[in-house]
Amino acid sequence: MSKDIYVIAEQRDGVLAKVGKELIGEATKLAADLGEKVVAVVLGSEIKEEAAKLYAYGADEVVVIDNPVLKSYTTEPYAKALTELIAKCEPNIVLFGATSIGRDLAPRVAGRVHTGLTADCTGLAIDEETKLLLMTRPAFGGNIMATIVCKDYRPQMATVRPGVMKALEKDASKTGEVKVLDVALSAADMNVEILEEVKETKKAVDITEAKILVSGGRGIGSAKGFDMLRECAAELGGEVASSRSCVDAGWIESDRQVGQTGKTVRPELYIACGISGAIQHVAGMENSEFVVSINKNDTAAIFSVSDLGVVGDVNVIIPKLTEALKKYNEEKNN
Amino acid sequence: MKIVVCIKQVPDTTEVKLDPKTNTLIRDGVPSIINPDDKAGIEAALTLKEQLGGTVTVVCMGPPQADVALREALAMGCDDAILMSDRAFGGSDTYATAHVIAAGLKTLDYDLIITGRQAIDGDTAQVGPQIAEQLGIPQVSYAAEVKTTEDGAVVVKRQFEDRYQLLKVKTPCLVTALSELAQPRYMTVSGIVNAYNKEVKVLTFEDVKNNLNPDFIGLKGSPTNVKQSFTKQVKGAGTVINVSADEAVKTIMDKLIEKHII
Repeated sequence: MSKDIYVIAEQRDGVLAKVGKELIGEATKLAADLGEKVVAVVLGSEIKEEAAKLYAYGADEVVVIDNPVLKSYTTEPYAKALTELIAKCEPNIVLFGATSIGRDLAPRVAGRVHTGLTADCTGLAIDEETKLLLMTRPAFGGNIMATIVCKDYRPQMATVRPGVMKALEKDASKTGEVKVLDVALSAADMNVEILEEVKETKKAVDITEAKILVSGGRGIGSAKGFDMLRECAAELGGEVASSRSCVDAGWIESDRQVGQTGKTVRPELYIACGISGAIQHVAGMENSEFVVSINKNDTAAIFSVSDLGVVGDVNVIIPKLTEALKKYNEEKNN
Repeated sequence: MKIVVCIKQVPDTTEVKLDPKTNTLIRDGVPSIINPDDKAGIEAALTLKEQLGGTVTVVCMGPPQADVALREALAMGCDDAILMSDRAFGGSDTYATAHVIAAGLKTLDYDLIITGRQAIDGDTAQVGPQIAEQLGIPQVSYAAEVKTTEDGAVVVKRQFEDRYQLLKVKTPCLVTALSELAQPRYMTVSGIVNAYNKEVKVLTFEDVKNNLNPDFIGLKGSPTNVKQSFTKQVKGAGTVINVSADEAVKTIMDKLIEKHII
């Protein structure tokens, strides 16, 4: 019988990605509703020690598939390894991060084992009666949410958007033995050849990691407006983010974009500056803990998702806010 | 090189709006377009054809209206167009869709299949890899560049969030295109005229039934089902203030202190 929740925890260069920890955190809740275990699975090469860390994030069991062929991600060896894992362990649920790896791998595996897969979920729950996994995801650019179930096939599979679920606080007292699953893999399983793999270091920051985001929209007027936001963010110890329109206008790099086609963020504070609040943007920031928005237009949609809405000119208010923060910080430091 | 591009006709979601009264999607009058990633795939295919010779065939599964999307692809310069359309295909999830499209592709001769990475209505990015799996050929998704080598292989720049890989893959293979793969060309006037003189071949269930399992297609053959769909519950609005800039800043500061954010 299919049992337990398997989280495929992604690694790159031998380092676990944050999304795997987030998924384990969410899986512990689902597992409690089902009375099942959370099993974290790491595929890679010489990955055992790193994988062991997942016990501290709530995994009941950690399994590695360790093979030199799995050092860098390519589709076929990963798909083969996971297909074998699924055949051997018969999981009830398998979760992947909806990253460029998870969204390549999961459909291939779901196709091979012939089961359902729900993409890019932003909500997971267990149905009280049927015990089915309820997988909720946005569609139509975030205009519509759909809850998907996979009744007749196992495992129930989903990719889950990074930044949406919450990782548990690290509990270093939790440790355990890492199980090794042997899968026969060889270079012959590679049906692509990696000619080159180049890490792109241009992105110095990851806005999904920031606790405070000062985010600019069309209302800031120009690329220069971001200088104003950067000063404000610096006083807050935060980062600058953006709506899509500013990225499209070339005012800021695309890795700062929040929203349906950008990143999903959940900072402690999100200050939306001159952002109208299109649903595609809101989809990426609505889980922020505290939202302040500043907009000239008193009917801007952003106000309906803000804890504090300020009607006014962002180009006047932000410099004044930066001044006030500067003064506050100076007083605090004295 | 024989290239097949799989496209989807989608509503232009940037135009989709919600009815404020019923909170449902207003689809009336929303224009249909070729999905942007797929259109980049068409352009990449046409560019390869110009360099290497060969043919570009465009395939679309959808209702009869999707004919328009295929005509647009023909007008851009594609050689042949195939519409896979049958009530039996309706309601398919990604697995079932891939099963149908793969059945259609099995009637063709191909070296390279290009799909868009994902469609803007569903955003799943699953159909491309699942077609490749059904056909048992390698896939390279998230393609930002596609080239060919002298020995007939394909070299793809495969984009990740933090890196890229240059991958060499033998044909036949499937590549999923990012919209930045290529800037789609415009239709030409003669292209449009030609497009309406050409035939769009229609494949129905009868035409492909020997290439698929009828239990694995359509709503019934889909492993996943939509249990419920709804418009998003928005977070309750807080306070909105319309005061002088100085007062506004004071209110913000008070809130940030109260919430222990600063």
